[in-house]
Amino acid sequence: MNDEANPGAPILQMRDIRKAYGPVRVLEDVNLELREGEVRCLAGENGSGKSTLIKILSGVVSADAGQVSLNGRQLGNDPMGAITAGLSVIYQDFSLFPNLSVWENIGFLTSVTSGDVVHRRSARRRLAIETLKRMQVEIDPDAPVELLPVASKQLVAIARALANEARIIVMDEPTTALTRSEVAHLLEIVGALKKEGVSFLFVSHKIEEVFAVCDTVTVLRDGAVVVEGPIGEFDAGRLVEAMTGRSVDSQRLPREESAVQRPFLAASGLGRCGNFADVDLELRPGEIVSVVGLLGSGRTELAQTLFGYMQPDAGRIEIDGDAVTFKSQHDAIERGIAYVPEDRLTEGLFLNQPIGDNITVSSLEKSTKLGIVSAASLMQRARNAVKNLRIKTPDVTPAVATLSGGNQQRVVLARWMERKPRLLILNGPTVGVDVGSKREIHELLVSLSRSGTAVMVVTDDIPEALALSDRILVMVRGRITAGFDAAAVDEDTLYNEVIREDRA
Amino acid sequence: MNALARIFASPQGIVFFVAVLFALVLGLINPAFFTPATLIDLARNGLVTGIFALGVMMVLASGGIDVSHTAIGAFAMYATMKIVLGIDLDLPIIAYFVIAAVIGAGLGLINGVLIGGLGLNTLIVTLGTLSFFRGALLTFLGTTYITSVPREVINFSRTILIRIENAVGQMVSLPASFLVLVAVTIVLAIIMNFTVFGRKVYAIGGSEEAAQRIGIRIKRVKVMIYVIAGAIAGLAGMTHVTLSRMANPFDLVGMELNVIAAVVLGGARITGGHGTVLGTLLGVFVITMINTTLLMAGVPSYWQKFVIGCLIIVGTGLPIVIDRLARHRQRMKRPLEAG
Repeated sequence: MNDEANPGAPILQMRDIRKAYGPVRVLEDVNLELREGEVRCLAGENGSGKSTLIKILSGVVSADAGQVSLNGRQLGNDPMGAITAGLSVIYQDFSLFPNLSVWENIGFLTSVTSGDVVHRRSARRRLAIETLKRMQVEIDPDAPVELLPVASKQLVAIARALANEARIIVMDEPTTALTRSEVAHLLEIVGALKKEGVSFLFVSHKIEEVFAVCDTVTVLRDGAVVVEGPIGEFDAGRLVEAMTGRSVDSQRLPREESAVQRPFLAASGLGRCGNFADVDLELRPGEIVSVVGLLGSGRTELAQTLFGYMQPDAGRIEIDGDAVTFKSQHDAIERGIAYVPEDRLTEGLFLNQPIGDNITVSSLEKSTKLGIVSAASLMQRARNAVKNLRIKTPDVTPAVATLSGGNQQRVVLARWMERKPRLLILNGPTVGVDVGSKREIHELLVSLSRSGTAVMVVTDDIPEALALSDRILVMVRGRITAGFDAAAVDEDTLYNEVIREDRA
Repeated sequence: MNALARIFASPQGIVFFVAVLFALVLGLINPAFFTPATLIDLARNGLVTGIFALGVMMVLASGGIDVSHTAIGAFAMYATMKIVLGIDLDLPIIAYFVIAAVIGAGLGLINGVLIGGLGLNTLIVTLGTLSFFRGALLTFLGTTYITSVPREVINFSRTILIRIENAVGQMVSLPASFLVLVAVTIVLAIIMNFTVFGRKVYAIGGSEEAAQRIGIRIKRVKVMIYVIAGAIAGLAGMTHVTLSRMANPFDLVGMELNVIAAVVLGGARITGGHGTVLGTLLGVFVITMINTTLLMAGVPSYWQKFVIGCLIIVGTGLPIVIDRLARHRQRMKRPLEAG
C-alpha cells in the first residue's frame, strides 16, 4: 500500500459530510481524518450523529453532501466498496452468524470480497487459525459462534476484519458488554494491532476508555464536530463538557437524610447453586442500596432471585417480617416488588408498541372497572407519566423504538412507577444511556426513594453507585464481601474491592 | 452428558432413535420387515417427498419457508405433459425433466421476486402462490387426467434399477426415477457445502442483517434460493408422473405439510440457519416408514397423522426440555457461589 511509504498522510478522510432525514439535520459539515496506526475516538452522546457517520463511512447510508476517501480513492455508497478498500466496521452486536463455526465466520468476509464461487474450506480455516494466532487469542475455530461468550464473539468479529486485511477498523461501542478484564484484553489487542499499522476509529461514550486507548479525539454534538485534537489536550471534565455542552459533575447527588426505617425486604443466608451464597441483605424504604460486582459475580442472579424470577436453593426472604417463597415473578409483583431488567430492549420493552401502552401495560387493572378497560384513563395516566418523568416525545402514541436510549429507560421506569412499587430493583439502570440522561435518571431515583420506596441498584458502574446510593454492597464471586456508606467511601477503595477476584 | 442423553438432545437423534425403535417393533411383529424388499419399498414411496424436501430444506436454512412447492410441482408436471403432447416430438426423457425443472424455476422466480425483491414475508407469499399456482393450473391448463403419457415416460418408468421378491412372493422394484433423488441429493449437497452461495444461504438464515453488513447481496441470493427450490419442485412433479404413469392435476397439493414435517424432523430449524441434506433424507425416511408400515399393517390412515404429529412435537420439543434439565443439573452440581 502506498501509505506505508508516506506514514504522515491520512489514510481516511471524511470531508464536509452532511446528512438530513427529512427536516432533521443529523450531520452538518463533519470532517474527520485518520492516519496509519492512529486510534481516534469518536465521542458523543446518544443522538449526536455518531451512528449515522459510521453508516455513511461503511457505505450503508449515503451522505447528502461531502466525500469519503480511503487512500486517496473516493468511496461511493456501497458497503462492498468500503470493505474491499480495507475498512471494516464492527457493530455493537458484532454481526456474526451464530449458526456457523468460528473459522467460517472469520473467513466469510474474505470469501465474499474475493468473489469466490467455490467454498474453500481448508484455505479459510487456515486463514482463521492464523488470524487468531496473530491476535494471540485462544478460541476453538470449530466451535459454533452461538456458544461463545460475548467477549470471544467480539474477538471473532475483530479477527474477521483482520483476516480480510482491514487497515481501518471502526468499533461501535465495543466494550458495552465486556467486563473490566475483558476490556483490558481488548485494549491490549488494539494496541498490538496499532503497531502493525492498523488504524482504529473507536466509538464510545465511556470517558475512561477514551483516555485509555485513544491518541486523538473527535467530539460530535448535535451532528457537528465541536472539538477535535490529541487526547493530551483533554481531561475528563473538558471531554464531558464538550459532549454534553454543559458541565456535569460526577459527584454524589445531594439528598436529604431519611430516618432509618424497618426493612421492607430482608434476606438471610440466601444462596443459589452456581450463582451466589450466604447473602444477607436488608432493603429499607427511603434508601438506595447498590450491589456492585463484575459480570458473573452473581449480581444479576441475586436481583432476579429477589424478584422471584429464579428460585433460591438456600436461605430465606422476608417481606415486612413475613417469610415468603416466590414461585414466580408474579408472587413478587403481588408483594409490591418491581424489576427493571438489564437489557431493556429485549427483556423490558415492546419496542414497536406505542409509548403509552408500554407505560400502562403492567397496571391495566388501575383503569379497569367491571372488567372493562378505560382507554381514556390509560391515556391520561400515560400522559401524566411522560410529563413527570420528562420523557422527550410529542405524544404517547409513537412507538418506543423512536426514542433515544435514555428516554426508553424512562419508559421502563414509568411503567413500574405506575404500579407504585414498594421496592424497585434496577439492573444496570443506565447501560447505554448518555451522560446527561444518566444524571437525570439518577435524580429521579433519588426522589423516588425519598418518597418512601426502597430502591436496589445492581451495577458495575462504580461512579454510578457512588453518585446514586446511600449504601453500597460489593459482590465478589457470589458473596457479599464488603459494605460501605456511599457518602464515606472513595472510588479507588471501591474499585479495589470489586476486582479482588482478579487479583486472587 | 452421556451418550444416550446426547442422542436425545438433538431432533435428529430422537427421530433416528424413534425410527430404530419403530423398525424393531415392526420387525418383531412381522419378521419380513427386515428384508431388502422393505427398503426398496420405502425408497420408492419416499421418492417424491424426498425430492420436495431437499428444496424445502434449502429454503428453511435461509430462514424462510415454502409451502407452495407442491403446487409448483403439480403445475410443472402437468404443463410439461401438455407441452410435450402439444408439440408432438420425440424427446429423450432427460428433456422432460429439463422442461419441468425450467417451469418450476420460473414459478420459483415469482416467489423469489416477491420475497427477495419486494421483501415480503415468505409464509404469506408462498401461501398465496400455493393457491395461485394451483388455481392457474386448474383454470388455464385443465382439470382432466392425462393418461396417455408419451412412450418415453412409460419406458422410463419401466426401467428398473433393482427388482427383488418380497416375503409374500410379490415383486418389488426400484424404478430409475430413484436416480433423480440421487442426483438432486448430490447436487444440493455440493451447493450447500462446497459453494460460497450455499454458505451464504446459511449465513442469511443465521442473521440477515449481519449478512447484509458484510456485503452479501441478500436479494440476489434469496431470488436464487427460490428459483432452485422451484426447479427441484418441478423435478419432483415430473418424477411423480414417471411413478404413476399419468398426470393428474389434483395430485401432490396437500402433501406440503408432510414434506415440511420431514424437513423439520431432519433437523432444519424453522428459525433458519440449520439443516443438512443427510438429516433431511433421514426425516423423509422416518416419515415414509411410519406412513408405509402403518398402512401395510392395516392401521387407519388418520393414525399416521397422529403418530407423525406426536413425533414432530416430541422430536422438536424434547431436545429443548432435555437441554433445560441438563443445565439445571449442571448448576446444582456447582457449589454455592459463583463459578
